[in-house]
Amino acid sequence: MADTVDQDATHSNDTLLGADELILNMGPQHPSTHGVLRVKLKLDGERVRGAECVIGYLHRGVEKIAENRTYQQFAPYVDRMDYVAAISNGLGYCEAVEKLLNVEAPIRAKVIRTILTELQRIASHLVWLGTHALDIGALTPLFYCFREREEILKIFEKYCGARLTTHAFRIGGLQYEAYDDFEKDVERFCKDFERRIQEYVDLLTGNSIWIGRTRNVGVLNAADCIALGATGPILRAAGVKWDLRKAQPYAAYDRYQFEIPTGTNGDTYDRYMVRMEEMRQSRLICLQAIENIPEGPIFGKVGKVIKPAPGEIYHSIEAPKGILGYYVVSDGTVQPYRVRIRPPSFINLQALDKMIRGHLVADVVAVIGTLDIVLGEVDR
Amino acid sequence: MADESKPSQEPESTQAEPKGASPAPAPKSAPTPAAPPAPKPGAPSPKAPAPLQIPLDNDLVRRYRARFGAAILDALEDRKQHYLVVDSAQLPEIARYSREDEKFDLLEDYTAVDWPRRDKRFDLIAILYSFPNNIRLRLKIPIAANEHPSSLVDIWPTSDWLEREIFDMFGIEFAGHPGLKRILLPDGWQGHPLQKDYDILQQDTAWVRENLGIDSGQ
Repeated sequence: MADTVDQDATHSNDTLLGADELILNMGPQHPSTHGVLRVKLKLDGERVRGAECVIGYLHRGVEKIAENRTYQQFAPYVDRMDYVAAISNGLGYCEAVEKLLNVEAPIRAKVIRTILTELQRIASHLVWLGTHALDIGALTPLFYCFREREEILKIFEKYCGARLTTHAFRIGGLQYEAYDDFEKDVERFCKDFERRIQEYVDLLTGNSIWIGRTRNVGVLNAADCIALGATGPILRAAGVKWDLRKAQPYAAYDRYQFEIPTGTNGDTYDRYMVRMEEMRQSRLICLQAIENIPEGPIFGKVGKVIKPAPGEIYHSIEAPKGILGYYVVSDGTVQPYRVRIRPPSFINLQALDKMIRGHLVADVVAVIGTLDIVLGEVDR
Repeated sequence: MADESKPSQEPESTQAEPKGASPAPAPKSAPTPAAPPAPKPGAPSPKAPAPLQIPLDNDLVRRYRARFGAAILDALEDRKQHYLVVDSAQLPEIARYSREDEKFDLLEDYTAVDWPRRDKRFDLIAILYSFPNNIRLRLKIPIAANEHPSSLVDIWPTSDWLEREIFDMFGIEFAGHPGLKRILLPDGWQGHPLQKDYDILQQDTAWVRENLGIDSGQ
């Protein structure tokens, strides 16, 4: 595993390796890298002096594909970036193209989108929690988290037939009406989930091993977050009360009450607390939304041929992992001239080096977990 | 400066061609860059809509113009979103001013668009967000193919990886970047895939053969 002679591992602006420094290669095939991430760690004994990420193993040229597909044809591809939060990807893309077309989805579609997206946020956070805890040594939460996530995936499956890469939304609204017991299913899940969250809290929040492994580990303060572009729960855990759903509401978020949880230290424990609270808030949003889903059409005034007028748009949403943005340029044809995806995982991962300097090798695993990256989105 | 502002207008008129040349299934095989902009596929639509890009003149733009004068080549609004077209020579100063004086503290995204027929082949697109003011602004920086724009790593550290990705995908080299190398593609790869003349089925065959031991990755 250790690879002491890998000279190219030194960043070009770094000085030559000191005699007592060691390069340790982690990944790309390592269970705790959450995919195919390779990290070259520069070590001084057990202490990490620097980390260089080697990424791109899952690069599929998503942005190039976009230029060679029609707007609709490209929609399913976005599900395959952050594949544990496919619905969020789809929401961002559909809304971006809708803005480019200057149309809006009907309110009923927006509300159903909001419910599904919030369920997706919970599902995404459950994957994060389960694997993050597993990485640190707590085996049980994984099973609990996947048990609840299964209920969400069942709702997705009932809604659109797919569980993971759902392609649930269409440009202009929805293809499918909510099924008959949709509200009931969501309500049942949400009612149950309150108790379930308490189970995770009982397992972890006061657990001294958990606290020992996460408190003051991977600290990133607010100024560094903003400088490095780290957003989402990472930014909020550093004390910045900012959420795109509030700052620039999209979908139907302006209709619902919810809180933006924040932390104080910006460490791994705070990020844990923030994401736990986000799940509770998402649950509340879902409960508010199912109370009154407006009647009406679910598809806006969008033709079968999507041909936006020449121009460009940038639209971003608060995905479970941070700001997910789409910059779309139209040349007036049926295919986008350029689609740029601002992937939260990619940009958040850049903070890894700063977050683990001075920590132990074992903490690297905790910090990769707390960044909540999905390599499908990092590499695109 | 009148002709300097042209690049910003041109996209709308030239951008139709690369795709119009070969629609749907056939991949856009390297469009002959010299071809005249003959057919206008955008035209067939019955009612030609009014241009969505309208000149922008608000306090923010006036402050930028007062400070940088001719380096602000254009200021436009497109679908309620604002952008400035700025001269690449003054990019670091404009970027620093944006962050420090106008409080655009987050470089939300940094990317490029290729316009192979234009004099200045690429547009760099910097999407700025201001936490204090909750507004976004796009900077559009036209650059020539052989130009080396200044790196923004000193101003927004997040542009480190973003500039590496632009280099990887478009071949644009940033002057002063601390470690400019490929990020998504392998180091030895030849070609920059998001350039418009890079076909979707194209690959670095030699690299694939040597490193993967197969004839084609397709």
